[in-house]
Amino acid sequence: MGEKIYTRDHEWLDITDGVATIGVTEFAQEQLGDVVFVDLPEVGALLTEGDEVAVIESVKAAGEVNTPLSGTVVGVNEALVEEPELLNSSPQKDGWMFKLALDEGYDISKLMNESDYQDYISANT
Amino acid sequence: MSNAADVKQTKFYHYHVEAGGKMVPFAGYLMPLQYTGGIMQEHLHTREKAGLFDVSHMGQLVIEGKGAAAALERLVPVDLGALAIGQQSYATFTSELGGILDDLIITRWADNCFFLVVNASCKEQDIKHLREHLDNLDITYLSGQSLVALQGPKAKIIIGELAPAANELLFMNGCRTSIGGIDCYVTRSGYTGEDGFEISVADENATALADQLLAYDDVQWVGLGARDSLRLEAGLCLYGHDMDRGKSPVEAGLSWSISQSRREGGSKSGGFLGSDQILKHLADGVSTKRVGFVIDGRAPVREGAEIVDDQGNVVGVITSGGFGPTLQMPVAMGYVKTDFSAVGTKLDALVRGKSRAMTLVKMPMVPQRYYRGD
Repeated sequence: MGEKIYTRDHEWLDITDGVATIGVTEFAQEQLGDVVFVDLPEVGALLTEGDEVAVIESVKAAGEVNTPLSGTVVGVNEALVEEPELLNSSPQKDGWMFKLALDEGYDISKLMNESDYQDYISANT
Repeated sequence: MSNAADVKQTKFYHYHVEAGGKMVPFAGYLMPLQYTGGIMQEHLHTREKAGLFDVSHMGQLVIEGKGAAAALERLVPVDLGALAIGQQSYATFTSELGGILDDLIITRWADNCFFLVVNASCKEQDIKHLREHLDNLDITYLSGQSLVALQGPKAKIIIGELAPAANELLFMNGCRTSIGGIDCYVTRSGYTGEDGFEISVADENATALADQLLAYDDVQWVGLGARDSLRLEAGLCLYGHDMDRGKSPVEAGLSWSISQSRREGGSKSGGFLGSDQILKHLADGVSTKRVGFVIDGRAPVREGAEIVDDQGNVVGVITSGGFGPTLQMPVAMGYVKTDFSAVGTKLDALVRGKSRAMTLVKMPMVPQRYYRGD
């Protein structure tokens, strides 16, 4: 995998050959608490930046995930159906959520690298 | 209800922070939503061992004066005159229209003296209500008392060592006793469905009491998150969610809390606020009522979700819902039209436009384990 980039909504993206693997960060999973269900998108769904793509249900509450970029869903992490707790134990690896074939000309200038993201968390907690 | 600057702390605030408590404003207090273990772990710990809950935000009141029982009976549909000293009753403050203003626990402390524990979010309104209707009685808000609950199957072992007299209590009874030299009022009650105790203690002794309880390996702090999932599995209502001014105790499934003597034909029939409406509900039945559900699959159904029948007609609404850690499945309660309230009825809840199949079940969803004697 390449180097991860991050959103202000605590998602991470790993982009390889125009396909982004997307999940939520360690910080996000701590905020969510024990995850009991992940509502994943359908493969083939066409998404526009900002669309609600998934919902993470923890014991405490439901958290919506909006797609940070536009594209087509080309894969979802089926392991989360049986083992939603992967999102707590390994949010940035085994707990990835979905893969998005990005629309042409996607723009990642608003996203943060690891170090900027850590600064962002520190500044907002 | 208050500015951030007004948010109060309980005497256990520093204990919560030290235990990794995620502190959130709740009913005017900074309270622990959860600790480092998380809601799931804290919930299961309470069902298996003993959870310690800070419930000092709740209102503790003493009502005293000649004729206190009869006077209070005008506000609750309970036969308070029949309570023995030290005995408790669950009650609702009813409204003039037959709705519920709050729910509470009343303990008889003496012939003319009652101890009330009311919800944190309602306590100011409750005090006003009591002063309005009980002008000949002394109403004291115990602002200098903390309250903790020790809940779970190990609670009796711990209290048995620290306060043997309190361990003799049956469910819904209380006594004044000493715990390691600290004067406390202990009741065998709680909000988890487990056997357990609630302990009222003077603020200045609160942390010393907690130290004694926390000295046991089986005891850990449990936050508001697990308190909610525990009471939900136990089928217990949360005021403002599962009941409010718009619901009568009969609709809320709390008819059991209306004493026989206060019902039609009883020796003290009616005579409480809203009694005409409430007794009518008892006699004629109600068109909607509170019921429990278990949900297929893993996705929780939460407060506000509409309940629909197989034709897609809306027949009710969810008022509390979440994941039940003991059952390892989502559970909920809500109100449905009485025609759809039979145990075993299959209904759907609408969650983000998707139907979630659920089955109406008898409450509690997890058996209550109150101590009513060997």
